[in-house]
Amino acid sequence: MPGRLASIALAAVLLSTVVPARAATIEITMDNLVIAPPEVSAKIGDTITWVNRDVFAHTATAGNGDFDVMLPPKTSATSVLKKAGTIEYYCRYHPNMKATLKIEP
Amino acid sequence: MLIRWSAAAATAMMLSNPVLLQGASAADKPTDPQIAHIAYTAGVIDINAAKQAQKKAKNKDVKAFAEDMLRDHEAVNKQALALVKKLNVTPEDNETSKALSKQAADKMAELDKLDGAAFDKAYVANEVAYHKAVNGALETQLIPSASNAELKSLLQTGLKIFQGHQQHAEHIAAELK
Repeated sequence: MPGRLASIALAAVLLSTVVPARAATIEITMDNLVIAPPEVSAKIGDTITWVNRDVFAHTATAGNGDFDVMLPPKTSATSVLKKAGTIEYYCRYHPNMKATLKIEP
Repeated sequence: MLIRWSAAAATAMMLSNPVLLQGASAADKPTDPQIAHIAYTAGVIDINAAKQAQKKAKNKDVKAFAEDMLRDHEAVNKQALALVKKLNVTPEDNETSKALSKQAADKMAELDKLDGAAFDKAYVANEVAYHKAVNGALETQLIPSASNAELKSLLQTGLKIFQGHQQHAEHIAAELK
C-alpha cells in the first residue's frame, strides 16, 4: 500500500514536470478603432480574450481564414489557439484596424 | 504652397458640398446644441442613403458598404442621443442642418432615377464626396467649435470612423471603374 501511494506521488511529480506551464489568457482590446496591443505572441493552447470597448461592431478576422470572431458593441469573446503561425488579422467592417498574432507551437 | 493647396482643397469641398462650406465660413461659430443637430442630421442623411442603396444596389461590395454605413452611423447617432440626454441639451435646428437635409433630399431623388451599375457608381461617388465634406466640416468647424468635452470627443470618434468610411468608399469607387 505505501508503495502504491509513493508511485502515485511520483507520477504526480512527473506529470507536473512533463506538462508545460498552464496555458495563458491574453487580452486584446478594440478601443476607439484601435487594436491593442498591435502585436501579440502566444502559444498553442493559449486563450485570447477579445474585448470590444467601442459602440461599433468589430470583427477579428484572420487574413488566412483561420478565424473570424464577431464582436458586437461592448462585448467580448474568447478563442483558444490551435494552430501555429504568424497571422495578420483585421476588422472586416473597419479594415484600417489591423494587428498581428504570432502563435508558437 | 501650403496656402495654394488649402485653397484647392476648399474649392474642391465647395464644389462637392456648398452647404457645409458656407457653414464653415459663417462668422458665428455654431453652439453645442447646433453642432449636435448638424452632426445628428449628417448621420441621418447617410443612414437614409444606405437604406436606399440596400434596396437598389446590385454590386455585392456596394451592398456590404451600405450595411457598414447603416451599422456605424446608427451607432454614432445612438451615442449622440444618449449624450444630449445626459447633458440635458436639446439639439437646435439651424440653417446648416436645413440646407444639408434639402441637399440630401435632392440627391436621393436624383439617385432614385438610376438603376443597376449606374446607381452603384453614383451612390459610391456621392458617399466619397459626402464623407469628404462632412469630415472637412468636422475638422475645421464642428470639432474646434464644440465647447463640451464629451461632445468634442464624440465628434472626434465620428471623424475617425468617417475617415475610414471615406477610404472604403474611395476604394470601392476605384474598383467600380
